Amino acid sequence: MQKELVDLFTQKAQAVSAIVKPVGSLKEAYAYAADICLNKDACQLLMSGCGEAVSDAAADLCAAKSADRIIAAPQFEGKRLKELKAACDKAGITLLTEGMRGQLAGIDVGFAVADLGLAETGTLVVDSSSAEVRLSTMISEINVVVLPLSKLRKGSYDAEDELSAIIRQAPSYMAFITGASRTADIERVLAIGVHGPLELHILLWEDS
Amino acid sequence: MQTATKIEEYLKELEDSLGNDFQRKILDTFAVAYRTGRANAFAGMDVKGLIDEIAEAKDYSLARMDALYEEFKQKAEAMGVKVHMAKTAFEANEIIARIARENGCTKAIKSKSMTAEETHLNHHLEEQGMEVTESDLGEWIIQLRHEGPSHMVMPAIHLSRHQVADLFSDVTKQKQDSDIQKLVKVARRELRRKYVEADMGISGGNFAIAETGTIGLVTNEGNARLATTLPRVHVALVGLEKLTPTLHDALRVLKALPRNATGQQITSYVTWITGPNECKSAPDNTKIMHVVFLDNGRRALAKDHDFSQVLRCIRCGACANVCPVYRLVGGHKYGHVYIGAIGLIMTYFFHGRDKAKFLVQNCVNCGACKEVCAAGIDLPRLIKEIHARIQDEEGHPIQSKLLGLVLKNRALFHALLKNMRWAQKPFAEREGQFIRHLPTVFMKGQDFRKLPTLAPKAFREMWDQIRPKVENASLKVALFSGCVQDFVYPEHMVDAVKVIARRGGVALDYPMKQSCCGLPVVMMGEKEAAKEVARQNITAMDPADYDYIITLCASCASHLKHGYPKLLEDDKALAAKVGQFADKVIDFSSFVHDVLGLDASAFNRSGEKVGYHAPCHLCRGLEVREAPRANIDLAGEYVATDEEEVCCGFGGSYSMKFPAVSRTLLAKKIANLEAGGVSSVVTDCPGCVMQIKGGMATQGKPIKVRHIAELMAERLK
Repeated sequence: MQKELVDLFTQKAQAVSAIVKPVGSLKEAYAYAADICLNKDACQLLMSGCGEAVSDAAADLCAAKSADRIIAAPQFEGKRLKELKAACDKAGITLLTEGMRGQLAGIDVGFAVADLGLAETGTLVVDSSSAEVRLSTMISEINVVVLPLSKLRKGSYDAEDELSAIIRQAPSYMAFITGASRTADIERVLAIGVHGPLELHILLWEDS
Repeated sequence: MQTATKIEEYLKELEDSLGNDFQRKILDTFAVAYRTGRANAFAGMDVKGLIDEIAEAKDYSLARMDALYEEFKQKAEAMGVKVHMAKTAFEANEIIARIARENGCTKAIKSKSMTAEETHLNHHLEEQGMEVTESDLGEWIIQLRHEGPSHMVMPAIHLSRHQVADLFSDVTKQKQDSDIQKLVKVARRELRRKYVEADMGISGGNFAIAETGTIGLVTNEGNARLATTLPRVHVALVGLEKLTPTLHDALRVLKALPRNATGQQITSYVTWITGPNECKSAPDNTKIMHVVFLDNGRRALAKDHDFSQVLRCIRCGACANVCPVYRLVGGHKYGHVYIGAIGLIMTYFFHGRDKAKFLVQNCVNCGACKEVCAAGIDLPRLIKEIHARIQDEEGHPIQSKLLGLVLKNRALFHALLKNMRWAQKPFAEREGQFIRHLPTVFMKGQDFRKLPTLAPKAFREMWDQIRPKVENASLKVALFSGCVQDFVYPEHMVDAVKVIARRGGVALDYPMKQSCCGLPVVMMGEKEAAKEVARQNITAMDPADYDYIITLCASCASHLKHGYPKLLEDDKALAAKVGQFADKVIDFSSFVHDVLGLDASAFNRSGEKVGYHAPCHLCRGLEVREAPRANIDLAGEYVATDEEEVCCGFGGSYSMKFPAVSRTLLAKKIANLEAGGVSSVVTDCPGCVMQIKGGMATQGKPIKVRHIAELMAERLK
């Protein structure tokens, strides 16, 4: 049953161009995020418009990027934060847990843990009540999200009680995320990364 | 936007749109791709069941609109949200302008909202000195071009990459390449700056969940997330019909909305905002949040027993996606602000009769929209109802009034038709099959297909001679000919009688007092005449006397079966008979295939490659799809061709009123048949025969056009 759900989730998420990988532990997930951040094309910011003929005012945003390599993981604290920090330090990556508003030109990698997964649509549910989480999952060029498999449900109806519990913690800001930011507004041609992440990586964590 | 003040202006605009090759091509590609995309997205799901559930749940919410509003307001205000009720579009705009003033906001960033388009919010705020920027890519493009949306989900679908590149060159003062991926990145950078600068975020709302005070937003780009996160103030403008009791209701709609809109299983982002969230740019680190509910006629509409279903609309845009007319003329000519079939109706209720009066006439009544509507709205019928209402309000045009008067009097109508046989003589071609030409007053733009002459002898005049003698009949069947097969193509009827008689045991009757089914007057907005004709037919053919009432005309069949019960729903005295009558109506193909069960043993099958044109009112109106194709294959070789179920452009009086659209639909139909390599085509409707046969004759094409009864009779053993 669990395998069927994982397969369904994987198939649906991949169908919207998400990259889906299993990880054995959170540590492995940290190493993956650091690796992605490090090996990401040095000029990938180009993809988000730096190299394009933008107006002078829009070009000024480039100067706002503060460090070479950034991972933002605002949900993290305590032991998990320490471990993630260690992985970042080792790779020479700056780790941020707050201050996303100072990074609106874009950060390399946003790193988060999902609250639920919905297999039928390949959807991640991320409680984004923290403004930092909302931003890190939007302004990152690569969004890396860990989905603990104990939180994988078949569809939205099956997860309804849990979804309801999230929105009842008022105030709350709950996000369903399925694939990367996309548009087909010009000639119906699919273009990824119009406002948010250019890539979504989902790390399936066998947590139980 | 629909601004024509005369029908001639509107017709001219339509001609112009038909000449827009880019738009034609992109909408064509989309229409074809959409069908597969939608089918894949719903694969394995009970779509009809889902649509029924959505309709039922929406109706339940609409009946409780005021109570849901109170519940939402109480929940949301307890969390610190300010909830407003705007009676009119102006009031909504004013409330939002006031919120901006009170909070010192000067720059707004918006995520897509059809409701804000309805109220022309941007215009209002800009007049007050605010800078408003749309953040949805398509909306931003049309905002920069000072246009309205041409589709509810893809607002800039009418524009090419080159037009966007030119536009962005102006905006950025840099020369832009027409590479779409690059243009999207340019928009990303330009708009990112706008989020940073904005002090007010404005969104719409796909759902307003009363039990939790939650606003749900469905987007692909993620722009709604940024617009509701970065600025210190968030205003959601939401139509009252989006109020729904529970999260479950919203999740249910979410199962249909993206699938029906774009063939996606779900959009990239769905955002659920409950109360004023953390916001670091706001005082107290808490968002200032307002929800403005828009009435603008919704509360009254919700109480209308028939039209309240309009408010079920979930704004997926599917009715435009499948509309053959939208596909040709584009959204700017097929709606005012709201687009597509639902747009024609909403224009009347939200933007008025003047904007709606030509639009509602431009429906070919093919039923494609009704079939895909995620909320089960009876769109084509409501469009006709509004057409009739507008005529009641503004006066009926002389032609439709006259036709109504004539149709109400069967004897007069038939006498006129018989007289026309003589009157048409000077205008007929030598072989007598087609009218050669008519005085130009009748023929303006009509020369794209030849029109048939009236037959020398009507079917009703032949009946006594051809009526089969049947002993020990096991089935009693009444024939309903409709006007076209009575007076123009009686040969269809004669052949149908031969095919039915082949099995034996079927007693056929042709009740002489039957008249036109009345659909033509429905199409022309003459509802009272339509009711009168319906009563006459039900009286002329007592359903208790027959096992079946057969018609060879798909349009008649669908009107008799589904139109009559709706038309006469208030006629208590006739109610039982209307129901019985409708139950017994069956189309020729289904009768032959399902009831008579005629099989290969009855036919000399030929090797002729025969294509099929599925009449709108058969495939969608009666959901008959298998029987005609199986019947064709008994007599010849059925060859599938592209877009069999797309309208041929006839639509009764539609083809007379909108000849340019009709001509183009017909040209596509003929091109698809030609491409399919068939030597003949059959269909189940004399209207479609008239249109396609006339088109083939005008274009000199060798493809033979027949009613399916003719093909079957020809190959009968």
